[in-house]
Amino acid sequence: MDVRELYQSTILDHNKRPRNFRVPEAANREARGSNPLCGDQLTVYLRLENGVVEDVGFQGTGCAISKASASLMTEAVKGRRLEELEQLFERFHALLTSDAMRPADTEGLGKLAVFSGVREYPVRVKCATLAWHTVRAAARGDAATVKTE
Amino acid sequence: MTAAFRPHAGLDVERVRRDFPILRRSMRGRPLVYLDSAASAQKPSAVIEAIRSFYETSYANIHRGVYELSERATLLHDEARVKVQHLLGAADAREIVFVRNATEAINLVAWSWGRARLRAGDEILISGLEHHSNIVPWQLLCEEKGAKLRVAPVDERGELLEDAFRALLSERTRLVALAHVSNALGTVLPVARLAALAHDAGSLVLVDGAQAVPRMPVDVRALGCDFYAFSGHKLYGPTGIGCLYGRRELLEAMPPWQGGGDMIAEVRFEKTLFADPPQRFEAGTPDIAGAVGLGAAIDYVTDLGLARIAEHERELLAYGTELLAEIPELRIVGTAREKTGVLSFVLGDIHPHDVGTILDQEGIAIRAGHHCAQPLMERLGLPATARASLGVYNTREDLERLAAGIRKVLQVFA
Repeated sequence: MDVRELYQSTILDHNKRPRNFRVPEAANREARGSNPLCGDQLTVYLRLENGVVEDVGFQGTGCAISKASASLMTEAVKGRRLEELEQLFERFHALLTSDAMRPADTEGLGKLAVFSGVREYPVRVKCATLAWHTVRAAARGDAATVKTE
Repeated sequence: MTAAFRPHAGLDVERVRRDFPILRRSMRGRPLVYLDSAASAQKPSAVIEAIRSFYETSYANIHRGVYELSERATLLHDEARVKVQHLLGAADAREIVFVRNATEAINLVAWSWGRARLRAGDEILISGLEHHSNIVPWQLLCEEKGAKLRVAPVDERGELLEDAFRALLSERTRLVALAHVSNALGTVLPVARLAALAHDAGSLVLVDGAQAVPRMPVDVRALGCDFYAFSGHKLYGPTGIGCLYGRRELLEAMPPWQGGGDMIAEVRFEKTLFADPPQRFEAGTPDIAGAVGLGAAIDYVTDLGLARIAEHERELLAYGTELLAEIPELRIVGTAREKTGVLSFVLGDIHPHDVGTILDQEGIAIRAGHHCAQPLMERLGLPATARASLGVYNTREDLERLAAGIRKVLQVFA
């Protein structure tokens, strides 16, 4: 596989210019996530109102995959209801942990489909899922730091 | 004159490469470039064959077997211990304890010596560039005993600040625990000098030699250390075997750390008498084949000559440093005047894991991360580095492939 299939232009773009890389005003939920293996660390902030993600942002450091994934995650969950966020988490997680030899099921994932190439790099799957584990913890109000290792 | 007749000739790396079967395989369609020997070294046929042949012709449990196979296995196990003794320049084979790895060797000292000898208010002094294996056992011990862990700082280059080290030594210092060579940066610590200072202060000295033993001649008596730890797998030997050297009178005064078979002289339910060192510290059936494999690895590096291996790595390190310095976006991390074996670097704002993944696509194996030295990374203000580390089989071509691979990384992230 060519390395460009992993580092697609969307991923490189979101790595370079991460969206919602900020602490949203009046954020009322947050969670920290870390991937001790790589040293990726991020905090995801949410402003939840009536079960809807009104605003979302993140801060932290990490590799291109984890940073781009966090950036794309914020775009994907903004304006969604909590149930939709959970569903997206499940779909994204299922995509990344699916068999790399089979065609990727990217239904309903939109831009997030660019991460299907990560399936071929098992050690990097955790980089891509970190932001999702963390946003889910923030949404659920879990206090402990999320670790993907 | 041919190379074979010149005792001072350099390492014949092409010949060495033929000794390592794994180098015949390709990686992602290209010849494998293995630059992760500081994590673990590849194995020469001599080691693989020694283990195979041991299992096929000489295997049985050691000690107390009254039949020939057991006697043979015991003999081979004992011989391996003598090989370690000679490798480290120890006075006596009884000063060599077999353990699983350097980490276990350090834990042995922490549990046995530390629990018996350390008191509240005592201090243990380490350096700022230690591997977690030479930090965490002491933290656990200090916590339990109400003792204090002190850390001698390092500078930006990754050199120990000797004045600060000296200032931290006091009559409260009971043990100084230092890496001989830093796994993350390659810094060689002036262990002999530091050990002398520690002894003057009345402290014992433990040296973590995991990175030093594979790449330079080591003489524990010349270093003047009391304990020395290393792992077999970094010395081209098998995983699962390592050694602790301990001065004989120290080991003799130390209580056991694990109980069981093989470590006793006599067992009664009322009281058990323990065996003398090293058996006192080797409860249960040991990694017999591992010891045999380690013995073969020691023969292998001794035949090549550790001074010659050191020279080979020194030349490669200089060449690699030169090649990487030509890449403007790259910064080498760890520029100690005395260093060996390791090229740690950062590449602009590209994360080391992305560097590692792209190099992997080029068939180049390096490590990326904190290298089990998080406090050191924090000191240097870096979450992680990419690290290429050298072994006896590496060539100038390997480093040229590395430099080309790094340029490819820059293209992808351009």
